[in-house]
Amino acid sequence: MGRFHRHDDGTEHTHDHDHAHDHTPDGHAASDVGDMSGYETGAQRVEVLEAIFGENDRVAAANRSDFAAAGVRVVNVMSSPGAGKTTLLRETLVRLQGRTRIGIIEGDIETSIDADRLEGLGASIALVNTGEGFGGECHLDAPMVRSALPRVPLAELDVLFIENVGNLVCPAEFDVGEHARAMVYSPTEGEEKPLKYPIMFRTADVVVVNKVDLLPYLDVDMDLFRRNLAAVNPAAHVLEISAKTGEGVDAWVDWVLGR
Amino acid sequence: MHELSLSQSIGQIVRKHAAGRTVQVVHLQVGQLRQVVPDSLVYCWGLVNEGTECEGSVLDIDHVPAAIRCDECSSTTVLDEMRMACASCGSSNVQVTAGEELLVTSIELAEV
Repeated sequence: MGRFHRHDDGTEHTHDHDHAHDHTPDGHAASDVGDMSGYETGAQRVEVLEAIFGENDRVAAANRSDFAAAGVRVVNVMSSPGAGKTTLLRETLVRLQGRTRIGIIEGDIETSIDADRLEGLGASIALVNTGEGFGGECHLDAPMVRSALPRVPLAELDVLFIENVGNLVCPAEFDVGEHARAMVYSPTEGEEKPLKYPIMFRTADVVVVNKVDLLPYLDVDMDLFRRNLAAVNPAAHVLEISAKTGEGVDAWVDWVLGR
Repeated sequence: MHELSLSQSIGQIVRKHAAGRTVQVVHLQVGQLRQVVPDSLVYCWGLVNEGTECEGSVLDIDHVPAAIRCDECSSTTVLDEMRMACASCGSSNVQVTAGEELLVTSIELAEV
């Protein structure tokens, strides 16, 4: 925890009201926040209307602009720990090596284990360890991704994957400037996960159901999973794959390439 | 989720607007679709403010219920569970119209 503050420019911003205000899309005004007459403090009320993620979103916009200028398609890959993000990316690199120029920003709280697993397949890999502070940041935010960009040759890439920290809660909240969000789900997690982590499942453009080779050995009801997913994200595109056996991976690669 | 980081972001915004004056109340809007735990946020808010103009200030959180509007029949459904379907016609062709708010709406400053 606690990375957000590193963008604090503190006293440099004590000059008042010189910033752009961020308003909610549906135009909530200060009058919507209720009657505050209970606070008989004689205090001065100052309207702020500023998005708490404003700084993240400004950096995400800068990232997006850099990605567009370089003509690179950026996919934010999210999942719980162990769903198979790294194995899927490795299989993707195997299939696209020599044909598509790929970069990977690898987010992990600690270690370079995942980054090491992706070496040797022609991709440029930039590791972001989020482990400083209270046991490690649980997600990648836009400034963390931006800090990795000098180590990624954007202009020479066709596709950039951002492998997020394994977590079904926090990564969903942070726009990092990506074009699309892919969520990797494994059936061993149970069919109720879309209902338990609706924000994550709701923000995914594609849900990759990995490890389908295990289905004969599991009690999981995939029809129920699909109904639960449709309840929170009716528009989600679902791909059933096994990164281990290769089943369905070509369809994933086609999706990545926008085909 | 990350209430400590959120508290720090809120603190940055508030201090910028407070310009050194003592902050008494911070009014927030938090949508139901944001994964914020209010008690945790209040706790972290107290932690990050020691020694600043926000020390001792109260967080007033306005919870905004999630709502969707149906593209088929135009009716609005306020969600009491995360099910993206119109309560009137059952269509899944819906847009979220409320519940994603996460902002500092205003602050109250002590008289100087």
